[in-house]
Amino acid sequence: MTDHNGHSLDEGGRGITEASGGIGTLTREDFVSDQEVRWCPGCGDYAILAAVQSIMPELGVPREKVVFVSGIGCSSRFPYYMNTYGVHGIHGRAPAIATGIASARPDLQVWVVTGDGDGLSIGGNHLIHALRRNVNLKILLFNNQIYGLTKGQYSPTSEQGKVTKSTPFGSVEQPFNPISLALGAEATFVARTIDVERKHLPEMLRRAAAHRGSAFIEIYQNCNIFNDGAFLALTSKEGRTQNRIYLEHNRPIRFDRDGSKGIRMTGAGHLELVDVSEVGEKELLVHDEHRYDAGLAFALSRLSAGPHGPTPLGVFRQVERPVYGDGMESQLRAAAADQGPGDLAKLLSSGDTWDVD
Amino acid sequence: MAAQAAPPAHIPAERKELPRVVVRFAGDSGDGMQLTGDRFTSVSAAFGNDLVTMPDFPAEIRAPAGSLAGVSAFQIHFSDHDILTPGDQPGVLVAMNPAALKANLGDVMRGGMLILNTDSFDKRNLEKAGFSSNPLDDGSLDSYQVYKIPMTSMTIDSVKGSGASKKEGERSKNMFALGVLSWMYSRPLEPTIEYLGKKFAKKESIAKANVAALKAGHAFGETAELSAFEVKPATLAPGRYRRITGNQALAYGLIAASVQSKLPLFLGSYPITPASDVLHELARYKNFGVRTLQAEDEIAAIGMALGAAFSGHLGITTTSGPGLDLKSETLGLAISLELPLIVIDIQRGGPSTGLPTKTEQSDLLHAMYGRHGEAPLPIVAPYSPASCFWAALESARIALKYMTPVILLSDGYIANGAEPWHIPSVDKLPDISVRFASQPNVGEDFWPYLRDGETLARPWAIPGTAGLEHRVGGLEKADGTGNISYDPDNHQLMTELRQAKIKVIEEDIDPLEFDGSDDARVLVVGWGGTYGTIGEVCRRLRARGRPVARAHLKHLNPMPKNTGEVLRRFEKVIVPELNMGQLSKLIRSEFLIETVSINCVRGLPFSSTELESELEELIP
Repeated sequence: MTDHNGHSLDEGGRGITEASGGIGTLTREDFVSDQEVRWCPGCGDYAILAAVQSIMPELGVPREKVVFVSGIGCSSRFPYYMNTYGVHGIHGRAPAIATGIASARPDLQVWVVTGDGDGLSIGGNHLIHALRRNVNLKILLFNNQIYGLTKGQYSPTSEQGKVTKSTPFGSVEQPFNPISLALGAEATFVARTIDVERKHLPEMLRRAAAHRGSAFIEIYQNCNIFNDGAFLALTSKEGRTQNRIYLEHNRPIRFDRDGSKGIRMTGAGHLELVDVSEVGEKELLVHDEHRYDAGLAFALSRLSAGPHGPTPLGVFRQVERPVYGDGMESQLRAAAADQGPGDLAKLLSSGDTWDVD
Repeated sequence: MAAQAAPPAHIPAERKELPRVVVRFAGDSGDGMQLTGDRFTSVSAAFGNDLVTMPDFPAEIRAPAGSLAGVSAFQIHFSDHDILTPGDQPGVLVAMNPAALKANLGDVMRGGMLILNTDSFDKRNLEKAGFSSNPLDDGSLDSYQVYKIPMTSMTIDSVKGSGASKKEGERSKNMFALGVLSWMYSRPLEPTIEYLGKKFAKKESIAKANVAALKAGHAFGETAELSAFEVKPATLAPGRYRRITGNQALAYGLIAASVQSKLPLFLGSYPITPASDVLHELARYKNFGVRTLQAEDEIAAIGMALGAAFSGHLGITTTSGPGLDLKSETLGLAISLELPLIVIDIQRGGPSTGLPTKTEQSDLLHAMYGRHGEAPLPIVAPYSPASCFWAALESARIALKYMTPVILLSDGYIANGAEPWHIPSVDKLPDISVRFASQPNVGEDFWPYLRDGETLARPWAIPGTAGLEHRVGGLEKADGTGNISYDPDNHQLMTELRQAKIKVIEEDIDPLEFDGSDDARVLVVGWGGTYGTIGEVCRRLRARGRPVARAHLKHLNPMPKNTGEVLRRFEKVIVPELNMGQLSKLIRSEFLIETVSINCVRGLPFSSTELESELEELIP
């Protein structure tokens, strides 16, 4: 079935098979636009851009079927650097614009690039509703815990007490935990990774691309100008070993040197960090990312209030739920099947009519 | 309780013929007055009368029963000739309770008919309405023809046997009232019986009760020999007609625009009075490929519509004033992206929440200038309920041809009002189909801002088109390539181009017409929903030999090319508006022409009597 435009209503975001420009022969360079990248030297955004460009050829989606949508902020320059279709929107509204694109055109693969200010402050409402609707969007939230483009004010993920230009005496606000927020908003795919993760970051991107529905990835991203070292607890040589808790499906959750530490659920239902040698492996919590009840994933997201101590990375949750655009398309198909395709003359003459001779 | 109808004022030997009648149905907001008025309208339209209607309901869904705040009314003006307004003074008021009488009596013509539900005139209801004595017997209504009918009790009697509960049966009293009026004005009952059968298909007892009440009301009128009248069909142009409200005509016009442009319709909308009915209506037509998305807020609604437009759909968002405030930033983005988008603002009284259910024309300057930066866009305004169909198609035509967002300014009066509509022939509708870009336009490259020499529109390349991948955004871009540009000369150029693109549309719209006697030295200029009233008033003035011409603007930006020339032909230009002089300001600044404003912001259309006397004073 096609709509007025000849767009196929049958293809989903995945499984796009029509060849164009020879899929399979595309390389990273094919996704690099001719625009000069203008982030600060040393910015974590470069690594994320490189990772996205590197995995795109593997996804089997032709370039013209890919759309990157962003709002405002450092991260939001992203679409200009991708040689795909792109919209650099306005502050906070990328999920809304992207929802329009993805629900109008289920044949497209739509990515949203946002930041902690864009996505969680001015655009918080659109983010949670996109997740709730399960629109087929891949949402990358670059979390650097600071406003960069406006030159260094605290953000909704900045830690309490943060001294910035707009909080010279320290922020008195409770920060958001983006993973908890996404889970609370009924997100069907929720993951976290770090800009410097050379393997884990691309893997999370692949997993998000493969997910049908809203996929949300929080990417810890270092702003070396206004908030340098915010993630040192996870990126320093010592922190990398001690504090990164990689979540792997169906595996007991272990971390630190040789997996010497782990996570156990207490009788009261709390999660606690334990020494594996003391409690034994059988006591450890086994991660189940497909568990429909998001409660356990939520508990995992609460293990650390911020990237300061042992912090879970990886896929917190991945479950299947009807995708917004699919629901819309099936209603269109059902209506056309029931009532036949729209007949304008009939519509205009519907209801009580009378003739004047 | 036995039915105690007042004896009729006089017994008609035969039906008296009337050229026109204004009836107002008024009751509690739970009394079903809108439905009653709607049914009366429907049968009058089908009978062939010309008609104009005006619903008037409170912002509260259910204000306390019996209170003045809870009164809901519906006025219909029907006639045997062409009419333009819902009428100033009802000749007939149906009042279902004391509050409805109190709230509406002041408008009723002296000597007019009052049809009162006496059952509701008890101590409690009289107190709630603020009556210190009972108007039914204190002589205060002596200058009217009063029909005292115990509608509630007669309805309850009539619905026995329907299977409906007492409460359900009692709620059918609006149909009893409709039955009485149907007898008085010789309206057929069958279409309403059929309608009730469909509406309550799942609740047979309620359908039966309503039908019984309707018939009982009609029979009462006949046996009590109430005054009976006849309003003959009006002479209208040959063709097929139906009754249509402004919001329904908008929805049909948008679907027609989708069909005529061969683009799927995508509506992003957030519920708001008085625009929600367009969302409701469009949501029904999924077999036309219509996608409707009820967004999380007004900003998301326009964002989604813009995203759909980027993807090759006919992107639309519908709202009212407060929503237009919220959409301003995205409108600026749409202007910068140069994408087609239709923003429909059904104006209501402002500022802030203002008068949600009342009409006003006070968003004109907002539509013109309510964005930061130099951000011009075209504005189209329907002038009557049926003209909303034209306005929707015209907005789509301009948006698609010139790659620009367009604001369509309707208002609460047009949106909820109804009139007969001469159904257009589909094959006479304009072809507004578009051609998407499919090839590179500069060597091997695609430049998204390479413009058409005539329309200045940029090419529309939609995702899925191989080789035309491009990025657009709200940052200033270089003309041609569309790449980000902070170059001073380029910004000057782009600003001028965005202005010129709107200006050039004046070559492509109908010129401003004016009508009036040759010796007219005064021109009355209006826009939007005041069309009917201004027209009727000018007609009356001319009939009395007062030289006056009138013109009505349907495009507010750009205005028709000959606007200045038309205005300058007259010694005096009078601009009546339901705002504090917004079109006046535009005319003065655009043409350096002195104007005289007549302003009214009472949440209601102009009273034609008042407008007539104001104009009378201004015409030399």
